[in-house]
Amino acid sequence: MDTPVTTTAELPIAVNAARLVARPVLGALGHVGRLGMMVLELFRALPEWRAWLPRAVEQCQQVGYGSLFIVMLTSAFSGAVTALQAGYQFTGNIPVYVVGALISESIILELGPVMTGLLLAGRIGARYAAELGTMRVTEQVDALESLGRNPASHLLLPRVLAGMIMLPALVVVADATGLLAGWAAAKTTIHITNADFVYGTQRFFRGFDLWYSVIKAEAFGIVVTLIPCYVGFEAKEGAEGVGRATTTAVVSACVLILLLDMLLAKLLL
Amino acid sequence: MIPIELRNVHKKFGRHVVLDGVNFSVSAGETVALLGPSGSGKSVLLKHIIGLMRPDQGDVLVEGESVPHLPRKALAALRGKIGYAFQTGALFDSMTVFENVRLGISDDHCYRDRTFCMSRVAECLQMVNLSDDVGRLMPAALSGGMRKRVGIARAIAGNPKYLLYDEPTSGLDPVNADAMDALIEGLQKRLHATSIVVSHDVRGSFKIADRIALLHNGRIRAVGTAEEFMAAKDGVVREFLERDFEFAAGA
Repeated sequence: MDTPVTTTAELPIAVNAARLVARPVLGALGHVGRLGMMVLELFRALPEWRAWLPRAVEQCQQVGYGSLFIVMLTSAFSGAVTALQAGYQFTGNIPVYVVGALISESIILELGPVMTGLLLAGRIGARYAAELGTMRVTEQVDALESLGRNPASHLLLPRVLAGMIMLPALVVVADATGLLAGWAAAKTTIHITNADFVYGTQRFFRGFDLWYSVIKAEAFGIVVTLIPCYVGFEAKEGAEGVGRATTTAVVSACVLILLLDMLLAKLLL
Repeated sequence: MIPIELRNVHKKFGRHVVLDGVNFSVSAGETVALLGPSGSGKSVLLKHIIGLMRPDQGDVLVEGESVPHLPRKALAALRGKIGYAFQTGALFDSMTVFENVRLGISDDHCYRDRTFCMSRVAECLQMVNLSDDVGRLMPAALSGGMRKRVGIARAIAGNPKYLLYDEPTSGLDPVNADAMDALIEGLQKRLHATSIVVSHDVRGSFKIADRIALLHNGRIRAVGTAEEFMAAKDGVVREFLERDFEFAAGA
């Protein structure tokens, strides 16, 4: 059997090609490994509740109360736009109550959780990555460790828990606001009656839809806090590094939200 | 037992070798000044002692225990015995000075006792020549020198057995640098802690240290008292000393 012969001229190209592939793969595997270690650290920090509990309450207030207005505003617009577009598209023989079904299902299954997730990826994700990145590059994280304190219980766990607790709560508010705004918009523009709207909403609604909305919110809550915390903690090289970490955190969180959205739809619906 | 000992410590970042077989020890109660030009790895060496960095090769022993191999809880307990004053202060900028210094109280029971904390923080601030009122300020409102002093107050708040100072006089004007040297000297007399002071200020180091060590090309080039250093024939040591004294004479 002939063995393939690599000439000296081909060797650098083969080596370079291998490097080109291997570097990003190894880099990605490194990130997965370090993220996994960080998650492990979070679990190990759970018994240190005296450190994380008061900070988690503070973070919950910032994530929940701080985001409430913008979440309500966004979901109200989403609900209203859905109603207006449904009114524009559903003409002819389609019964008007379908608009009620479309608004409620769109808001609860998709728009409420995804819009809130993307909004918080920008609002909270950017903030966490910038905060922790700055703390990393100015040696504040090292200082915390040097004092015998665990950065996982003081900095990371409170933030991740805040996302896990507050995002589902915000999504419930977003769902309710979106539905109300959708109902108001449908009532004023396509003159749907309350009875038709309620009938349409109930016609296609299943109890699991609400659970699905909350499950998605929980997953997004982890993504919009865990990823920025990890990226912020990995920040290097001063202000530029913090800026890079912030951008990476928001983009990664947004992409992961959309990816999870698709995966959860495939798995749960 | 030697309180702090580094055995054949190697560390490199990428291809850049920073520590290339460092052997170094500090006796109980003594103050050692670690000199060397900027970028010679002095801070890296200090971070190995407190376990913020792990050596690629070799071992770091504190109270006979291998720092890189300590389990989490034991390492946290050991860190409670070590005070680390960072070069820039590394104060937590979202907390007041009071909360920053309070975090230095390593005993959890004492940390939760608000009355104890208030008196201890006031005492530590007073030891670094700052008034109680500073406790209410945020780090952003402090000057560079004050940040360094608050950093030292936080480092001593837990009553540590070991004190590590990372460039305490860098970035300070000569008057404030002298004041900082006097402060460190005073703290040594009061706390009797075993200390390492990383610096490139030869004159100040001669004043405060019992022994001087020179880190050069990733290794300890020379160790000795100020007198032994002044009498050294080694070209590298002489060059390092002469540069500083010429600067002092010129100034």
